[in-house]
Amino acid sequence: MMRFLLLFSRQGKLRLQKWFTPVTEREKKKVIRDMMLMVLTRPPKMCNFLQWRDLKIVYKRYASLFFCAGLEDQDNELLMLEILHRYVELLDKYFGNVCELDIIFNFEKAYFILDEFLMGGEVLETSRAAVGGCLEEADTLQETMEEYMSRPAY
Amino acid sequence: MLLSQTQAGHREKQQCAQSTGLISALQRPALLYNLCSVSVTFRLRDDSWYYPASFRRRMPAPIRLRELIRTIRTARTQAEEREMIQKECAAIRSSFREEDNTYRCRNVAKLLYMHMLGYPAHFGQLECLKLIASQKFTDKRIGYLGAMLLLDERQDVHLLMTNCIKNDLNHSTQYVQGLALCTLGCMGSSEMCRDLAGEVEKLLKTSNSYLRKKAALCAVHVIRKVPELMEMFLPATKNLLSEKNHGVLHTSVVLLTEMCERSPDMLAHFRKLVPQLVRILKNLIMSGYSPEHDVSGISDPFLQVRILRLLRILGKSDDDSSEAMNDILAQVATNTETSKNVGNAILYETVLTIMDIKSESGLRVLAINILGRFLLNNDKNIRYVALTSLLKTVQTDHNAVQRHRSTIVDCLKDLDVSIKRRAMELSFALVNGNNIRGMMKELLYFLDSCDPEFKADCASGVFLAAEKYAPSKRWHIDTIMRVLTTAGSYVRDDSVPNLIQLITNSVEMHAYTVQRLYKALLDDISQQPLVQVASWCTGEYGDLLVSGQCEEEEPIQVTEDEVLDVLEGLLVSNLSTPVTRGYALTAIMKLSTRFNSVNRIKKVVSIYGSSIDVELQQRAVEYNALFKKYDHMRPALLERMPIMEKTSTNGPTEIVQTNGESEPSVVEPKHLPPVSQPSNQANDLLDLLGGNDVPVIQTTLPTKPASAGGELLDLLGDLSLSSNSVPPAPSLPVAQPPFLLDGLSSPPLFNDIAAAGIPSMTAYNKNGLKIDFTFERANPNPNIAVITIHASNTTEAEMTDFVFQAAVPKTFQLQLLSPSSNVVPALNQGTVTQVIRVLNPQKQHLRMRIKLTYTHKGSPVQDLAETAALKLHGNQQSI
Repeated sequence: MMRFLLLFSRQGKLRLQKWFTPVTEREKKKVIRDMMLMVLTRPPKMCNFLQWRDLKIVYKRYASLFFCAGLEDQDNELLMLEILHRYVELLDKYFGNVCELDIIFNFEKAYFILDEFLMGGEVLETSRAAVGGCLEEADTLQETMEEYMSRPAY
Repeated sequence: MLLSQTQAGHREKQQCAQSTGLISALQRPALLYNLCSVSVTFRLRDDSWYYPASFRRRMPAPIRLRELIRTIRTARTQAEEREMIQKECAAIRSSFREEDNTYRCRNVAKLLYMHMLGYPAHFGQLECLKLIASQKFTDKRIGYLGAMLLLDERQDVHLLMTNCIKNDLNHSTQYVQGLALCTLGCMGSSEMCRDLAGEVEKLLKTSNSYLRKKAALCAVHVIRKVPELMEMFLPATKNLLSEKNHGVLHTSVVLLTEMCERSPDMLAHFRKLVPQLVRILKNLIMSGYSPEHDVSGISDPFLQVRILRLLRILGKSDDDSSEAMNDILAQVATNTETSKNVGNAILYETVLTIMDIKSESGLRVLAINILGRFLLNNDKNIRYVALTSLLKTVQTDHNAVQRHRSTIVDCLKDLDVSIKRRAMELSFALVNGNNIRGMMKELLYFLDSCDPEFKADCASGVFLAAEKYAPSKRWHIDTIMRVLTTAGSYVRDDSVPNLIQLITNSVEMHAYTVQRLYKALLDDISQQPLVQVASWCTGEYGDLLVSGQCEEEEPIQVTEDEVLDVLEGLLVSNLSTPVTRGYALTAIMKLSTRFNSVNRIKKVVSIYGSSIDVELQQRAVEYNALFKKYDHMRPALLERMPIMEKTSTNGPTEIVQTNGESEPSVVEPKHLPPVSQPSNQANDLLDLLGGNDVPVIQTTLPTKPASAGGELLDLLGDLSLSSNSVPPAPSLPVAQPPFLLDGLSSPPLFNDIAAAGIPSMTAYNKNGLKIDFTFERANPNPNIAVITIHASNTTEAEMTDFVFQAAVPKTFQLQLLSPSSNVVPALNQGTVTQVIRVLNPQKQHLRMRIKLTYTHKGSPVQDLAETAALKLHGNQQSI
């Protein structure tokens, strides 16, 4: 299973963090720091895998954002690249030509998308359309209730 | 409780919310579009005059999330950002305090953003729960998100969480149910899992595929947390694989995998699913293009990979299942399109499965060939996984992997450290008796040029391989010396004693080795391990060095004075560590029997008698005493070391302990070799002190008989005096004073450690029974503490059937020796003693629980007690 997924910018700003196993706040900070240190200092055109402690780190850069996941020994690194790519596709479909700013300003949406795609460190839904459909429907639920209650959203 | 309260509170605030809603709607355009600079935003927000007086204090509409993000992003410095966030946090806190329901969602969302920036947000934990308990989907969505981000497993709020999740699992909207499942599957603690497993199981059986897939992964989480709940999900798994929906299919395969990995019974049970899994996989490969699941021309690679992984588990060491999947594996291996990463991902998984199950030999050849193709691939990722998988298979298919040796060795030169590391590991795995010379050449070259992060691992790999397959002793010694010269500062501490042992045992190589090492010493004295070995050898074989006999090399001509110059140079050099100085001093001392320049040596030794380095001083003082008082013993004491027997295959770690090279502060047997070396009684003494078999100590305390050695034991004999627990062996001349130390003004050394370190204590005193503990660590292993219990009885009746039992935490190991008696005599007329040995590898404080049973005046008595934390390891380091 995937242990964690981090999104951070080239400048070392965290954009999204998802932990699939219980980790203390302190440990999280340490992992985030280590990941940024390792990934951001990698020269370009290297392979996308690193070993860190007992985890396989798979990372990939999309524009200014790094997607970085920690995998257990049994997991398939090459497939993880596909999973990351799928997530980017989903973001792209949802936001329409997604960029880092979309994820900064709508970070909660990025989490909602992730939660419809991955759960407990495993892929939840392998169909692009299904994930998109669920999100749309859930969003309308939010909007209609919103209007119904006529109260300010966040 | 919480639920009803918040709902009531919510109703109360409802009206208020509606009126503020109006106002915030009025000012929304301004907030959203007009404000860019920080100051304006905050001024407006603080502009309380804007609001009617009635809720000026209670309800200043907090800025929106996006607005906050925009504002924070304008901060030019970290300090500015911190200030903004502090301000906003203060506002959020006060809003939370006022139990404001309208903006709770917004505030928590903002808090989550600040949390991501690394600011503390734990004060929002309870608010998340309140949001979850709310009726609104928006609130729930943010509430669950916040719970997943802010709560960790050990929060007490989990009890409240359990309730909320339970309610939501039975909600009428699938998306609310989905949120609850997702949260439970992400951060559910074992208690939560226990409480909610039933609901999850129910949802796993619904026909709604949206809920079913989430329930399946939730079940995976439950099983990971509480494996004994696994059985519960067994009935629900029955129809999972007949599902058409890929989401459900994929998560079901994940669930089955989890169950099979955890329980052999489940594994056996699910073996019958192999044909079904094969069919699903076949359909995936054969089916035409389906846009929904297509990835670069491959149908649902995610599902394919998970099925292959489950097949691997099911087929492992099972002939029938392996047979049943043989064909499909061959089909996947040959038919998968490999121009894209996704095809290679499937191929990679297929190869792993083929190598793990009992597959036909033809298929295995196919798999290894695929990895061979991977190794030549342009894509670095593919090369990396090829190396990784070859490393996994090298044990079982050694020869097949050998065929790719040259390609693998080439990967050592790759620029990518990840690939380099894998290539290095694999190269070491490929070393054998036939290729050792060639492989070692490559690896030593790699060691020379590689990044510092590799050197330690590479060096120990070379040591291990050399020890296993060295074609000759000379080659072995040369190789180790090569490592020490090129990567000396990176080698593990145990390499020094290992090399010394190797050299000692290669008698015919002594002259050659000492020559080479001496030359190395002249070249470079910065590589400490090398210098240590070189010093040791120079001391030990100084006579061979000066005599210049060496058949294999051009002998060098050196004089005694030159050798001593070099060694003295080590003593004063800033590059030398204290340990190295110790080696050098001992070497000089040894040379006093091998060289003629005894006076010079005496002088050096006496100088260091006042060294500020206590360790060095002690050596010097002891050696000085040897010159002054026991000169007649000196030649015998400093005789050449006998051949050491390697007592265990796993020698390194133990040798570290006994030689103490790694920790200069440990005052231990390191001193013993030169001083107490020749003694046929050494073993008796050790038996007396330790009692247990300490096999390794014999490598440093050779059992070589010497005429003069016996007296020296008095020095050690005192050890037994310090502890009255172990009765002194009759053969030991205990009464004689410890004379070697009598000229020593510094504090007494190791013989007093134990007694000085831990005072005796009373562990139990009740009903006339008193148990005292006395301590010692008079043992070659500093991790072992010996505790003697003394049970005495003040009552007028004796205690019979006395049994003392003790329990210690798992990090310790405890050994209770048999007691002196099982009757505690009355009126303090005697004691029962019993020895406890405690192994404390982690040097923690010892907490011991004791249980006492005895019969007193005809009635059985039983009692439990716990001792205070005993500090067993403290002073030793400082002495």
